[in-house]
Amino acid sequence: MFAEFGHFALVTAFAIAICQSVIPLYGYFTQQDTLIATAKPLALLQGFALAVSFAVLMHGFLVHDFSISYVANNSNLDLPWYFRLSAVWGAHEGSLLLWALILAVWGVAVSLFSRGLPDEMASLVLSVLGMIGIGFIAFMLFTSNPFERLLPFAPANGQDLNPLLQDPGLIFHPPMLYMGYVGLSVAYAFAMAALIAGRLDATWARWSRPWTTIAWSFLTFGIALGSWWAYYELGWGGWWFWDPVENASLIPWLVATALMHSLAVTEKRGLFRSWTVLLAIAAFSLSLLGTFLVRSGVLTSVHAFANDPERGVFILGFLIVVIGGSLTLYAIRAAAVSEPGRFGWLSRESWLLFNNLILTVMAISVLLGTLYPLLVDSLGGGKVSVGPPFFNAVFVPLTAILVSFMVFGPLTSWQQMKDTRQYRPLIVAGLVSVIAGLVWPTQMLGAYSIASALGTVLALWLVLGTAIDIRQRILEYGSVRVMSRKVGAGFFGMWTAHIGVAVTIFGVAMVENHTEHRDLRMGPGDVQALGPYEVRFMQLEKIQGPNYAADRATFEVWEGTRLYQAVMPEKRVYNASQMVMTEAAIDPGFTRDLYIALGEPLGDGDWAVRLSIKPFIDWIWAGSFLMGFGGIVAITDRRYRRVRARKASLIEDRVAPA
Amino acid sequence: MNPKRKQRLLIILGMVFGLGIAVGLVMYALSQNINLFFTPTQIATGTAPDDQFIRVGGMVREGSMTRDPSSLQVAFDVTDFDHNVRVTYTGILPDLFREGQGVVVQGRVHNGLFAATEVLAKHDENYMPPEVTEALKQSGQLDKIMGRN
Repeated sequence: MFAEFGHFALVTAFAIAICQSVIPLYGYFTQQDTLIATAKPLALLQGFALAVSFAVLMHGFLVHDFSISYVANNSNLDLPWYFRLSAVWGAHEGSLLLWALILAVWGVAVSLFSRGLPDEMASLVLSVLGMIGIGFIAFMLFTSNPFERLLPFAPANGQDLNPLLQDPGLIFHPPMLYMGYVGLSVAYAFAMAALIAGRLDATWARWSRPWTTIAWSFLTFGIALGSWWAYYELGWGGWWFWDPVENASLIPWLVATALMHSLAVTEKRGLFRSWTVLLAIAAFSLSLLGTFLVRSGVLTSVHAFANDPERGVFILGFLIVVIGGSLTLYAIRAAAVSEPGRFGWLSRESWLLFNNLILTVMAISVLLGTLYPLLVDSLGGGKVSVGPPFFNAVFVPLTAILVSFMVFGPLTSWQQMKDTRQYRPLIVAGLVSVIAGLVWPTQMLGAYSIASALGTVLALWLVLGTAIDIRQRILEYGSVRVMSRKVGAGFFGMWTAHIGVAVTIFGVAMVENHTEHRDLRMGPGDVQALGPYEVRFMQLEKIQGPNYAADRATFEVWEGTRLYQAVMPEKRVYNASQMVMTEAAIDPGFTRDLYIALGEPLGDGDWAVRLSIKPFIDWIWAGSFLMGFGGIVAITDRRYRRVRARKASLIEDRVAPA
Repeated sequence: MNPKRKQRLLIILGMVFGLGIAVGLVMYALSQNINLFFTPTQIATGTAPDDQFIRVGGMVREGSMTRDPSSLQVAFDVTDFDHNVRVTYTGILPDLFREGQGVVVQGRVHNGLFAATEVLAKHDENYMPPEVTEALKQSGQLDKIMGRN
């Protein structure tokens, strides 16, 4: 009976979502405060119902209830408990449930942390979130019910979770990514609410900003975790593959990055308002499109699940309703938005405008590259694929331009830059970076590479530029302490994130140009050179894991006459699915990772072995972490709380005379 | 025209111009970097171009795999059950590579042999790359595979 309880909770959540979207909206248009006030409790209720539903499915996994079809397909008696928990979101139905739950959690967050927001506005935001909830819960109920039973013939054991997903990375990657994806729906809901209410102003931007930033941070963490997981679990040492599903997360990230910067202009100067709304619509629509691409199986991808076309049609329909509906609303309302004020050509507004242009072009090129095969196929042009060379050709030059904006933008004043002498230190820093960057590749393994030099120049220039910006502000305010009090957390967040970008760029440039990489045939006793090391294949043994059997090799890595480390890569065969998995041995380091993996047995005790040294690869994720962390720092800015404080004091004022 | 409108017009013109150039360059880069897909039959009958980077999909023919005893070189047949293509590859095969399973290979045809630079196998037991499905559909052998599962 327990599973039916979960299903019932899901149906209840569906009904609540309908109420949540209809009642407050009706209340708003008829000006009935009692109806408007239902929005927050309904959002909390919906969150509760979905949490119950989710907990029931999780319980099904924990107690091995194989009469639930989803559990039977994705779990096994031998599966350790922590993977049974993460298996809840290991396949289609469960990951949708997680999606719906996270959407509801964002709704709960908006109802709890929006005290500075007028009730009318909050109710509109929650109403829009409710509508999105209807779409996703309906999708589950009608096409992908996670609680479907296998009765009366429940299997005695399950088919096991895909071994690729039996990894700690999977425990965190999807929830983080979904927090980001779905978090963009809050930015979208705020934009829709502002359009409905006809108040696209600086206040709207201030409300919307922290939500956008935090969603962006989660998205950043999610993408970075996914890339890291791919690196050590499935990628044979690669960290990004321009796979359609990776692109599906990168496109909304690029648009959300543009949105954050555009919101800054809208909040500070009241400009770019229509553009900001359009970006908010685009960011969320693109994350829906991403879901469509992943779930419909129209593209060849490592993430594609076996699936049926009905699901694709549903999401496509939903996508059309969301994009069509919001653009119609936009067309009706945005025409009335006037842009007050002007700005000079040399102003922070200009730099941010061009930043938005570049980020949009990046997003469009990734989108084109991802959809091009679909387009050609549907036009009868046959099956084609677009490879990494395309994306690299587009991204390298655009990133270079973007970095120069990041260097000049923060030091430029709003409205009109009066004194361009402030740019001088930046240009000097640029020259220093060029010299240092051109020399740097000679210090690295492998041939001299101009791409590596370019990456170093950009990264260094960005770090120096940020340092100069910080110094100017300290000089402006007289002391570090005054400065840190005056500029606000927003600036610290920006500096952190920008340095993160530099760190990531440097990591990418090093890995892509100086990786030493060898695929070899080796048997026990063989010795091979790898960069400054000597790798010895010592022995091979059979071991037994909780739900797999494995061949485990022991390699000793020698540095001259000193034993540096012994590492043990494995080749596993999972019992239930008979799937083969590679567990690479990675020795992480500040300046390089040592990567050793077993390929396949070649007979005579020999194995195909991959040996590589990946310089600075961890900097890619360290930089991404800094970016996401910068976002978190930025939302602690006092001014987001000040709105609330001011409102509280207003209430006190009102109370006081009485 | 008032200065505010003029500025806005200039910005919009600039943006359209910039976007136009960008999209043009992107489309050019795309046309230089697409890999066409062919079926084993198309290669056996010579429809596929020689020495051009292409993709081929099909099933790995049972019992067709051979290994070089001293290096990482392997050779196997990719089939759509009408025709076979001999594929050579040097390197590590993906974990899910098996005889009798679907596979997509990338590389070039030279003298009737397909020299692969990359071999892609499916990552999920129930998942078949769309290219492979397409190749089998064209050769009319899809039902045979589907019936077996």
